[in-house]
Formats: sequence, C-alpha cells, structure tokens
Amino acid sequence: MKRADLEALQIKRLKETLRVALRSPFYKTRLEEAGITPDSIRTLNDLRKIPFTTKNDLRNHYPFGLVAASMDQVVRLHSSSGTTGNPTVICHSQHDLEQWANRVARCLYMVGLRNHDVFQNTSGYGMFTGGLGFQYGAEKLGALTVPAAAGNTIRQIKFIRDFGTTAIHAIPSYVSRLYEVMREMNIDPQTDTKLTTLIIGAEPHTDAQRRKIEESLGVKAYNCFGMSEMSGPGVAFECQEQNGLHLWEDCYIMEIIDPQTLEPVPDGEIGELVLTTLDRDAMPLIRYRTRDLTCILPGECPCGRTHRRIDRLKGRSDDMFIVKGVNIFPMQIENILMQFKELGTNYLITVDTVNNNDEVMVEVELSDLFTDDYSQLQGLTREITRQLKDEILLTPKIRLVDKGAIPQSQGKAVRVKDLRKNK
Amino acid sequence: MMTIKQLSVFLENKSGRLNEILDILGKADIRIIAATVADTSEYGILRLITSDTARAYEELKSHSVSAQQNDVVALTCRSMADVLATQLRSFAQEGLSIEYMYCFSIRERAFMILRTSDSAQIEKVVSKYGLSIITEKEFLQL
Repeated sequence: MKRADLEALQIKRLKETLRVALRSPFYKTRLEEAGITPDSIRTLNDLRKIPFTTKNDLRNHYPFGLVAASMDQVVRLHSSSGTTGNPTVICHSQHDLEQWANRVARCLYMVGLRNHDVFQNTSGYGMFTGGLGFQYGAEKLGALTVPAAAGNTIRQIKFIRDFGTTAIHAIPSYVSRLYEVMREMNIDPQTDTKLTTLIIGAEPHTDAQRRKIEESLGVKAYNCFGMSEMSGPGVAFECQEQNGLHLWEDCYIMEIIDPQTLEPVPDGEIGELVLTTLDRDAMPLIRYRTRDLTCILPGECPCGRTHRRIDRLKGRSDDMFIVKGVNIFPMQIENILMQFKELGTNYLITVDTVNNNDEVMVEVELSDLFTDDYSQLQGLTREITRQLKDEILLTPKIRLVDKGAIPQSQGKAVRVKDLRKNK
Repeated sequence: MMTIKQLSVFLENKSGRLNEILDILGKADIRIIAATVADTSEYGILRLITSDTARAYEELKSHSVSAQQNDVVALTCRSMADVLATQLRSFAQEGLSIEYMYCFSIRERAFMILRTSDSAQIEKVVSKYGLSIITEKEFLQL
C-alpha cells in the first residue's frame, strides 16, 4: 500500500474509532471534555488534540469502563496480572479476535511461514495473550499449531521431534534453556530437528543474543512486539531483513513522544511509543501511552513494505531520568556496557549533585581481572567513558567494582539511584 | 622456568576490603610470601606471591573477588644500592622498561619481584648479564 493511501485509511479508521469510542462511558466524558468529535479530525496531525489514555485510566475504570460495545458482543477478555494494583482488562468482540488473528498470521507469513509449517507455541495459555494470540494467528495462516504452552522442556523437545516442528515462539531465555537441554540429551538441533524459524519477544534482548540463538539452533530468529492493551502479539514484527519491526499502521497509529514534554520527537530519536487502535470495536484505545521506549527507523525498508519500522525496545519510560536537559534511558547505558566482555552484567547508575553540578556515575562490575596493568584498566575505563559519552552526550564517571558488589534487588533490578535534591 | 606465579587482586577502594581478602586466604591456609598494594584514587591492585597461587585464585574466585594469575620474574642480589643499580641497568641497556617492582630483603640478600615491558626478552637479559634468578621452588622455600 502506498504511504498516501495508508494515511488516508488511517484518517478514515480514526474517525470511525472515535465514533465507536464515544459509546464507552470513559471516552464519552474524556472526549466531550476535550471537545473532540469524529469531525474534529481532518488530518493525522489533528490526533494531537486528543488527550492521552494511560494504564491508570484502565485501572481506574476497571473492569469495563472503556468498553464501547454492548457486552453481548464481547466474546473474550484478557487481563494483566495486576501485581501493582487493579489489573488491566481488555475486551474483544468476534471482529476484534478475527482481526487480531489476521495480524498475527500476516506477521508469520512475513517471516516465511506457510500452511505446511508446524508451529509450536511455548507461551503460557490463559490470560497471557502470547498463548491464544499466536494460536489463532498460526491457525489462521493454516499452519499445524501445537499449543505446547510453557514449561516441561523435555516434553517440548519430544514434540519438536515427533511432530516435525519447524517454527517455535518462545521468550529468548527459554530458547537458551531448550538448547541446553537438547545438548544434555545429545540432540543436535541442526540435524535432529526440522526447526527453521524462531519467533522471540516479550523479553528485552540484544541483537547479539539473537545471533547466538540463530547460530546455536541453525535457525532464523525474528523479534516480535505486542502488548495486551493492543490485543497482544502482532503489533509490530521483523521482516526477513531483520532490521527493525514493521508496525502495522493500517491497524494502529503510532506516535513517538518525549515522555516529559509529551511533544513528538523526530524519527530516529528515542521516545515513548503511543498507539491508537484503528480496528477494534469492543474496546478501542486512543493515544495509549505504552511506556515502551523505541524510535522510528528512518527510511524505507528494502523489503518494500510501507509500514514504518520501530527499533527493538529500549526499555521503559518510567526508568528515564534527565540530567542537564538530556533524557537518558538505562537501556542506552546497558547496551554499551554489555559490549565489553571485561565487564559483568550488573551495573548501577547514580545521579547526584556535586558542587552544583549534576553528575552521572556508573558503577559496573568487572567480570574477572583481565590484566594487572593499570594502564589497561584505565584504558578500559576511558573507552567505556568515551562510548557512553557518544550515546548520552554527557561524560559519566565510571567506577569499576568487584563482582557481586552491586546489591541484587529482589525482582526487577534497580538500575538508577537519583540522589539529587532538586530533580 | 624463569618466572614465578603471582596473584593480582582487584581491590575496591573501600575500607576493610584488604582485610576481607586476606581473611579469605587465611581461612584457606594460604601463606603469603610477598605482597604489595598499588593504588589509584578509585581502586587498587593487590599483588601477592603465595604458597599456592592456583588454589588462592580459586578461593578468591569462589568469593566473587576479581583476580588474575600471572607471571613475574624474581631476581636476587646483595642488598646494596649499587648492586641493585647494576642489575637494573642491564634491563635498560636492552631497552626493557620495568612496569613495576617490589622488593624485600633477608639479611644481606635482596629479592626483587618485577614485571618488564617485554617478558619474552627476560631470558636473554638474564643470561647475557649473568643475573641470578630465583625459581618458584626456591622462592617458596624462603
């Protein structure tokens, strides 16, 4: 589809989405307060007049406050775990499920899967959308779809071999586990299985980790992006170029904003992804702040698709901090630190005011002492500093510390300590 | 073998860290024959010659201490400044610089543990100038 046609379709669907959304108690109030009607939208820029929707809105209007369809038309709901408050609930009509499956099928087709493939899904089934989302999508494609669900690695491997599985959907850390167990069982994935394709996502990973997965299993591995608020998997997906994820712009409008100023950032610059659903009638979401950080990759993809690409996720906007007017995301720092094999995986960023000057200090664990030569240790520190400066535009102070010196927190690691008085 | 095994330990700049490391080695019954600490403002490196470098390394590693085993040369001579100067001059004459050195003496004898810029050249210097090297075995008997 040509860009111009795609954008015309987006405007048409956006107006329709607003018409539908006005039937929900939440959006009726929200849009009327902002003076927005479907006719307020003439160009895509008019979208910016509409207020954002946040996760808190979903929580505060739990469970059905954003439902725009009659409950008779709602056929399924998915919900988040709700570990930090009310869970978020997303309701689907028959039409929504159909379109969701179409999107996932489109993703799988894009990476070369066809109806003769055998697709094994290792996601948890149930409330988590990676289970049913891929199940319906792969079935829509016509592939033999194995709802293996999570866990029981030995049984997974038995399925892979007995059913002739060609494609697997898994989180990256589970792929490593599968590979380890195969090796323990003396199974060579390259010769003893028919695997060709891996779909990986739902867990942050680097391109280097992907390459490692590809080499060890002898497959192509594609990154996928989705979230339950946007139905689930199938929002954006890598094509065979493996350079960025095409976000399906006929079904979503994407914006990338500065999480502080809420203004749009130029293509290529990191910001928070904001999505508007265009083809959902039970529960449309308008300008939903995903809190996920990414950027739009400028330029056209050699594959010819006109849906623009986003970069692999760069972390969460909640983790962002600002020093001297520069937005910094821990993931930017992490990506650079991980390239040094001399360093371990733990690090801590401390921001503090020293003599009225905001300073960033990065403590990072050595993996082992690779030299007993000071100039080499200092050279390492200098090189880390230089690369970080190129990335975050400030000169951080680097402190090498012993392995295990950075306290491991329970659950999600605390990466940033902000000691400034006036943040 | 001309060289002896040394253990270099990354020393975070925080009070009590040296003690912690020595405690680990002490509990493992490791004897320390020579030691030196070099420091910058941010961290130090503790260099040790011990009774069992491989085991000391494993002990430290199991306590998540960043360390490295490496090779240094131990020389001995009479503990007089001019004798020492003569010895070191031979390195300079061969274009080898000394990266670091630590010494101790037992009565009239001085022992120098040193690392030069090009350890492959050491053998040549030692035989050309007739320097006395101490082997690891001899060293451990001191």
